[in-house]
Amino acid sequence: MKNNKKYWKGLAQLENDSAIEKLSHNEFVEELPLDDFLSETNLSSTSTSRRDFLKFLGFSTAAATLASCETPIVKSIPYVVKPDEIIPGVANYYATSIYDGRDYASILVKNREGRPIKIENNQTCTNARVQASVLSLYDSARLRNPLKNGNDVDWSEIDLEIKERLTNINGKKIVLLTSTIISPSISNIFADFSKRYPNVEHIMYDSVPYDGILNANKQSFGLRVIPAYDFEKANVIVSFGADFIGNWLNNDYSNDYIKGRNPKSGKMSKHYQIETNLSLTGSNADKRIAIKPSQQKVLLSDLYNSLAKGVSPNDNRLIEIVDGLRANKGNSLVVCDSNDVSTQLIVNSINSILDNYGETISMKNPSFIRQGDTSKVNNLINEMQNGSVGALITYKVNPSYNMYNAQEFNEALSKVDLTISTSLYHDETASLMQYVCPEHHNLESWGDLHPSHNVYTLMQPTIAPLFNTRQFEETLLNWIDREDYYTYLSNFWRSKGVNWEKAVHDGFFSISDVEPRTTQITPLDLNVLSFENSSNGIEISIYEKIGIGDGTQANNPWLQEFPDPISRACWDNYMTISASTARKLNLKNWNVSNGALNGSIVNIKADNKIIEKVPVMIQPGQANNTVGLALGYGRQKSGKAANNVGFNAYPLLNSKTISIELVEGEHEFASIQLHHTMMGRDIVKETTLSDFIKDPSSGNDRVTYPTFKGDLPADKLSLYDEHDLKNGHFWNLSIDLTACTGCGECVISCQAENNVPVVGKEEIRKSRDMHWMRIDRYYSSDMTKETAKENNISSIDMYKDMEEPSENPEVVFQPVMCQHCNNAPCENVCPVAATTHSNEGLNQMTYNRCVGTRYCANNCPYKVRRFNWFQYSDNDKFDFNMNDDFGKMVLNPDVVVRSRGVIEKCSMCIQKIQELKLTAKNEGRPILDEEAQTVCASSCSTNAIVFGDANNPESEVSALKTDPRAYDLLDHLNVNPSVFYQTKVRNKS
Amino acid sequence: MHKESKIRDPLILGNKTYHDITRDIARPVEGKANKYWWILFSLSAVLMLWGFACMAYTIGTGIGTWGLNRTVDWAWDITNFVWWIGIGHAGTLISAVLLLFRQKWRMAINRSAEAMTIFGVAQAALFPLIHMGRPWLAYFVFPIPNQFGSLWVNFNSPLLWDVFAISTYFSVSCVFWYIGLIPDFAMLRDRMDKTIAPMRKKLYTLMAFGWSGKAKHWQRFEEVSLVLAGLATPLVFSVHSIVSMDFATSIIPGWHTTIFPPYFVLGALFSGFAMVETLLIIMRKVVNMEAYITIKHIEYMNVIILFTGSLVGVAYITELFMAWYSGVEFEQYAFLNRATGPYWWAYASMMTCNVVIPQLYWIYKIRTSFVATFILSIFVNIGMWFERFVIIVTSLHRDFLPSSWSMFSPTFVDIGIFLGTIGFFFVLFLLYSRAFPVVAQAELKSILKSSGSEYKK
Repeated sequence: MKNNKKYWKGLAQLENDSAIEKLSHNEFVEELPLDDFLSETNLSSTSTSRRDFLKFLGFSTAAATLASCETPIVKSIPYVVKPDEIIPGVANYYATSIYDGRDYASILVKNREGRPIKIENNQTCTNARVQASVLSLYDSARLRNPLKNGNDVDWSEIDLEIKERLTNINGKKIVLLTSTIISPSISNIFADFSKRYPNVEHIMYDSVPYDGILNANKQSFGLRVIPAYDFEKANVIVSFGADFIGNWLNNDYSNDYIKGRNPKSGKMSKHYQIETNLSLTGSNADKRIAIKPSQQKVLLSDLYNSLAKGVSPNDNRLIEIVDGLRANKGNSLVVCDSNDVSTQLIVNSINSILDNYGETISMKNPSFIRQGDTSKVNNLINEMQNGSVGALITYKVNPSYNMYNAQEFNEALSKVDLTISTSLYHDETASLMQYVCPEHHNLESWGDLHPSHNVYTLMQPTIAPLFNTRQFEETLLNWIDREDYYTYLSNFWRSKGVNWEKAVHDGFFSISDVEPRTTQITPLDLNVLSFENSSNGIEISIYEKIGIGDGTQANNPWLQEFPDPISRACWDNYMTISASTARKLNLKNWNVSNGALNGSIVNIKADNKIIEKVPVMIQPGQANNTVGLALGYGRQKSGKAANNVGFNAYPLLNSKTISIELVEGEHEFASIQLHHTMMGRDIVKETTLSDFIKDPSSGNDRVTYPTFKGDLPADKLSLYDEHDLKNGHFWNLSIDLTACTGCGECVISCQAENNVPVVGKEEIRKSRDMHWMRIDRYYSSDMTKETAKENNISSIDMYKDMEEPSENPEVVFQPVMCQHCNNAPCENVCPVAATTHSNEGLNQMTYNRCVGTRYCANNCPYKVRRFNWFQYSDNDKFDFNMNDDFGKMVLNPDVVVRSRGVIEKCSMCIQKIQELKLTAKNEGRPILDEEAQTVCASSCSTNAIVFGDANNPESEVSALKTDPRAYDLLDHLNVNPSVFYQTKVRNKS
Repeated sequence: MHKESKIRDPLILGNKTYHDITRDIARPVEGKANKYWWILFSLSAVLMLWGFACMAYTIGTGIGTWGLNRTVDWAWDITNFVWWIGIGHAGTLISAVLLLFRQKWRMAINRSAEAMTIFGVAQAALFPLIHMGRPWLAYFVFPIPNQFGSLWVNFNSPLLWDVFAISTYFSVSCVFWYIGLIPDFAMLRDRMDKTIAPMRKKLYTLMAFGWSGKAKHWQRFEEVSLVLAGLATPLVFSVHSIVSMDFATSIIPGWHTTIFPPYFVLGALFSGFAMVETLLIIMRKVVNMEAYITIKHIEYMNVIILFTGSLVGVAYITELFMAWYSGVEFEQYAFLNRATGPYWWAYASMMTCNVVIPQLYWIYKIRTSFVATFILSIFVNIGMWFERFVIIVTSLHRDFLPSSWSMFSPTFVDIGIFLGTIGFFFVLFLLYSRAFPVVAQAELKSILKSSGSEYKK
């Protein structure tokens, strides 16, 4: 068909308008003004219409939404050449030692994929600070480069300059101001150093001085050392203020002490503690006497007198002690924390009268971990002041922070020509010095340690240095143009016949040292005795907290959040004071509406020094008219966790009496325990040694219910279907309350192993602590059910009075973690079955399934379940180690980091159990009893915590389970926990 | 036909005719809202929006924005939940139980009471959702077949029972309410002028389900109402019994109590009637229902409040007695602590508002006064909120181990969410009062000739 249809777009086209024809060839009539539009001048002057704006808005919103849908990519890079010893997923352990100028321990370091993540005991016990030091390794506040006048420089540059300046020192002194040095190789390097540079002096000082005891021993025996104490052997221990379970000297004493207090063996020492502040040691004592510091010497003189002359003491409180000591000559021990030489001389004489030397105290076997000499330090300050010191090199000390006369030191420091710090941090001292040559962290270093006679341990790096730092030893060797430190160190010991490879592998070696020569004890100059107590007014006693210690590791958030075993407060130091003295001075503690503790604030004046805004904490057991202040806080240049937390008490280190002035305002404490007594409940079961010998189950009475079959305990009346726990493993944990000293090492150990977050002061204050295990501390109260019955006191008044602890209370510690109930109240109530029971007797938490109703936490009678109130990792509001790329390196890859909104709790280290089961299965063997360990059990210094398989009749835990002392916490509830306790036995009549 | 003695007080005042009733009930829907409605609505809407903002903040940041802690893991959230659920109870009781008992006075109030139930339960249902740490996984609580292997809900958990109880209750209440509404929607449909309000006419036509008022329709309507009343009646008792089992099946002293199911049901009725009174006394003014919601209705409800309030008092005393009689020191301490511990003021408020104040209803003048009833009903609402707070918080804050004892203090978010649900509730109720016939007029007409004031002459 012929197509005669014509299509046209408009009349103009139909009429073949020439203009249209032209246009059809040129689609864009005008040039698009693109260049014009995009030129700089015009672009800024263009306006956006409302419609355009909405288009842009819509597009960018859509684009942003789409972009945010993408999963963030986390790159994991495999090894190109895999080191032989590293198998991803399998931990390596390295034996090393730790010494930071304060704490010494021989340790094993658990490494995963090249990162140290956990510290375990090797040859010695550890403490909370040693356990936490693995986090200090990853402290992003550490120095990353050497500094010159506060600016980063190269090592080569700084070395050249310093060497030149040391050479041109003009005959002035070069002083090495260090902490106590227990490394033989460092001492050797110092000797080499002084050969190269003339006029070198080495001065040691300890942040908490032990001059009294050292100098007294020098006078008595001619040796300026700390003797070896045998707390295990002593039948009677009398400690005048020495907190040997806590911070006094060595952290192995608690282990010996507890070995000497085993009720089962029938040998249990009698421990008297005569002290001012309530210390950890005082809390464990069988009898504790609260005294003012000035009374210490009086009581010691009295004790000396009555022992030497055979008369009865003037002070009635000592009669029992004198009798006990006399009956145990050669088997007793008197120790004292005094830093006064004459007081320590009296102590030496008392021990000598009691024939304790050679028995419980050994001068032949001394410890070297404290050697500081305050008089030399004071002399140094004078020399610095008058310009005779040409160079000052500091190592592992922070005098501008922790000297009582820091101000004088700082002034004198400005008169020293060359000042070099080797600190890890740009701390209070380092920031005042010209050069900072930052050293490695302990876990990055080589080294050797000689903490006591015949004991040698080695230090080896467990990770490549994180930052551009250099070991102090290496630095010194460089300045004297010697070989590197590793070669130096290995040659040093090889030349002494040590099997170097084995020593590095074991972490220790033994060399028989020459026995030190001691003189016969010099008789006591009786003029040092003092029988009059001259002081009135308020006396001060300075102490170290278990967590922070002297403040070296203050920037460790684990330690800041570690609740003090006694006060249970964290993120603070404060002035402890007894309730009656506080009343007299109108000082108060009170609880606010969410339960949190508040306290008055005071200014403390002593020796022309003022410490302002000191919070007041009322502390039962504190001697009347005394106060206690903790060291280690009030850091200014440490890092974000430590700066401006608390106040610095070092200026008052040598003060005796103080005056207190109440000031306006109130302080907000972060305390995780707000009630301090057991309210007459059978929570910590207790008995005395004499009762225990008569009947090992004494004090361990079970609650029974009257039934038609007679009185029965709860487990005989169970409505539950029993789990089948007879087959396979049945993991149990026994906690011996007699052996637990409350030191809290397990708390930090657990935190490290299980990636427990740090939540900060504000959250702790809201009772939102996240620790998977806690150590409850209870004081005794004057009010008991018996007293109430006798005096016809109503229940209401009785319970009111029970809340008040006694003035000098008996203290008990009770570690509580998830009790892994076999009739678990939490498991019943979870709507989504996120917490379930394993057939090995464990209560398990499935984080992925948890929706966070918190019903389980409510229904937990032990209140051990912890809820993630916020996102604690990668959250700027919780700016601690989990919000830091370095801090996150400490996380245990075997344990998930919990997200917001889920419940978490103790898993009995299920990751370790699982690993062990797989290893044993691969090797085709049963699990050995000693292999199965939770970290709380393996880190416990006193073996109070024992873990194992209760279905293995050979295991320690199965024997403990049937021990007459064993009891379940709150057994009347019949929750049938897998964790059980052993009654506390006190050696008292 | 229902016969009633002339001596009885009339239930419909003001000599109404059938047409008067129709006109009166349809007026709020057809007319414009007055000033009071707008004021109330704006206030409620602001509260509601603030509450939503607080909820969004909670979900976005974490439950840490509330005042809870490791010892007190529930506080205002579950207090509010139980409070709202309790409020819901009166509606079902009025419409179902009173229907079975042939109490004709319920006809004037059952519609609003049921509306209150549904809106109250809706508020209550918010809390289990937002109190979760991870509400986006809330579907985990439903037994939905899944591909996660054997992953299933835990039928032992009272929280799961809650899920079923509340969803059943909510759906049955909705159906019951809706069935009752059908003849009234039909009435509205028939009155709507297609030319003036075409959309509304369409809407009401849809909602009336083709009701034409045939005898067969009425017969089915009555049968279904009776069947649903029979179904709803056990729910009145089961829902709050199950809610109480959240506590009763636990092991916490103060929660672990076998008396809880009846005690909670009574408390729920008690608080429910109080809330009905609060609402109706306002509503009869705002939408001019004075002729239908009379002092007689209020008096009947006051008698129920007096009765349930006294029983609640007996329950409180029984609890105390059982704590003493059990000889269990934890139990004894829990109750001593409630009455004399740091939360004594909450316990005292509860006792005063729930036990002492309702006793005033023994006095005729008080029980037949709108003003007094309104004030007293507010007291009961407050008292019942405190009852749940006392049970939840004072039991948790000092349980077995004194080392974990702590306290609870609400944050602005806790308070904001609670106020927000009150706002939300009133927004829904006010919208309802403008769109729905607030009195079941079809039913009410059935008693006009027996209980209307004109016929009592």
